[in-house]
Amino acid sequence: MSATTADTAAQGIYQKAGSLRGERRRVLIWAYIALAFFVVFFLFPPVYMLITSLKSSAEIADLNGNPWLVTDPTLQHYRELLTEGNYLLHFRNSIIVTVAVVAITMVISILAAFSLSRMRFWGSSVLATGVFLTYLVPETLLFIPLFQIIGGLGLYNNLWAMILIYPTLTVPFCTWIMIGYFSSIPKELDEAALIDGANHFQMLWKIFIPVALPGILAATIFAFTVSWGQFLYPMAFLVSSEQMVLTTGIVSDLIRGDTFQWGKIMAGALLAALPPLLVYAFLMDYYIAGLTAGATKG
Amino acid sequence: MAQVTLRKIVKEYEGGVQAVKGIDLDIADHEFVVLVGPSGCGKSTTLRMIAGLEEITGGDIAIGGTVVNDIPPRDRDIAMVFQNYALYPHMTVFENMAFGLTLRKFPKEEIKRRVDNAARILDIAPLLERKPKALSGGQRQRVAMGRAIVRDPKVFLFDEPLSNLDAKLRVQMRTEITKVHQTVKTTTVYVTHDQVEAMTLADRVVVMNHGIIEQVGPPQELYHHPATKFVAGFIGSPAMNFIPARLVNGGAALNVELADGIRLPVPEDRAARYAPHAGRDVLFGIRPEHLTELRPNDHRQHLATFQAAPEVVEPMGMETLLHFWMQGNEICARVDPSTPAAPGVQQTLAADMSQMHIIDPQTDKVL
Repeated sequence: MSATTADTAAQGIYQKAGSLRGERRRVLIWAYIALAFFVVFFLFPPVYMLITSLKSSAEIADLNGNPWLVTDPTLQHYRELLTEGNYLLHFRNSIIVTVAVVAITMVISILAAFSLSRMRFWGSSVLATGVFLTYLVPETLLFIPLFQIIGGLGLYNNLWAMILIYPTLTVPFCTWIMIGYFSSIPKELDEAALIDGANHFQMLWKIFIPVALPGILAATIFAFTVSWGQFLYPMAFLVSSEQMVLTTGIVSDLIRGDTFQWGKIMAGALLAALPPLLVYAFLMDYYIAGLTAGATKG
Repeated sequence: MAQVTLRKIVKEYEGGVQAVKGIDLDIADHEFVVLVGPSGCGKSTTLRMIAGLEEITGGDIAIGGTVVNDIPPRDRDIAMVFQNYALYPHMTVFENMAFGLTLRKFPKEEIKRRVDNAARILDIAPLLERKPKALSGGQRQRVAMGRAIVRDPKVFLFDEPLSNLDAKLRVQMRTEITKVHQTVKTTTVYVTHDQVEAMTLADRVVVMNHGIIEQVGPPQELYHHPATKFVAGFIGSPAMNFIPARLVNGGAALNVELADGIRLPVPEDRAARYAPHAGRDVLFGIRPEHLTELRPNDHRQHLATFQAAPEVVEPMGMETLLHFWMQGNEICARVDPSTPAAPGVQQTLAADMSQMHIIDPQTDKVL
């Protein structure tokens, strides 16, 4: 009985004010609107590429056709791309350069970041800042002196030149983000490893690399993206089609004078975008922040 | 297992800051020594120098008779437990404990035997396949200790291992550490800022302050016979009361005269020791537990009574703390909870003068 009285009294005394649930719903609606806008915005180019790549050359050239509809879908451009011309060669070149550059970058920057973040030595902090500053020099300025160096080494119009110069773009940034990541690993972890009997290399290999894996993967993704999408350097240093990578190969082989082979260009660009997509999808699963949880208190 | 010897150990950082100012210490085989002191007193630095994680600016450290100044941590045959556990997050509990042995290329069966044995001692056998993130704070601390035990090193080093645990767990782990030491008997150096930990764990306590050792001794000796004002104030909780006073000759006996004219007689067996200081300003030190209510039929000798009105009364359950002010000094007394005490009401207090200390305010030495 007393409960009933209390309820009645409460209804009399209190008024309902505000609604947390309603507020949350309003926020969510706006979030979805913003997200929908971005999804449409960013999916626009690839969808357009896909549609165009499935049209015949005649349909692409037809000014009366609807650019968003395919009336007579065909895989002709894909077939030609993969069977004629140097597209597959360019694909292979891109893979060679990218794999080599990612490997070189990771070896150099993991070692550099480890020593810069953990071994205090004379000038280490100046060096760490210097590494980052080199990243700030734009490549459009660098390619002129690099041209002299590459020429001097006799590597002009040679795929290997790319493996040599891409790391100038990737190493500074990768080193820099990994210095940050390594510095966030508690110092006690390496001290524990030292006392447990590890030397510096074992400490790096058995403790640092596994613990810093999310940071290392982030750096790998960066190095991969830069190498795969690099345009300026191959444009400047590679001239013959056999030496070219995808980015410049598509442009130089599929555009002849003022003739744009739009169907093949779209198909080629779309296929070229697949490896980054796969790498992202694969690495993202492992790219889980907070792998250090449980090492120390917190 | 081994003894640890420190000779004139100095640690100076860049810029000339001396963290440790030439300390000497002998730690016997099997001994459990606790370094205790406020933050910045150099206790952790000393421990890290023993571990080899910090370079020694001057002096020698010997473990088992060998000077280890230039020997890297991995070759010193020591094990260390860190405040934040420092478990390898990507390894299971078993791998964490086995890591040191794996690096030293122990055979697999031997590693398993040692890890199982340590897990049994620490009661963590069911956790061996878990990763550190799936463990509670207390369990992580046990694993960190297990990692030290499996190595069977010459010396265990503990760097404030219980500071991250909550109060209840800390008490529990304290007894755990004592049990482990009774089982494995490895020479242990333990650093803490908590004097209760120091008192309960140690065979001998080393009290440090400003980079020097203030006093070394068994816990009871430090409690009953502190050598300096710092030790007297640091050991014991609540801390010892210090009241400015003067030693005066009153008739036949020596008296401690507090500034308000209160005279407390010095016990005869101490009179000879203090007599040369008669007439001088001193600090009168007495612990709260020796400042109590006057009990009926009190048979304690050397009781001196005086009146005081507490300003704050803190009932703790098993005892009641009375805080009152005497010439600007806060004084704490520990009385029986049944004592009727109220703020502002005059109270008769009894000082057990057989437990008093007289401190020279110039040198801060206990006379």
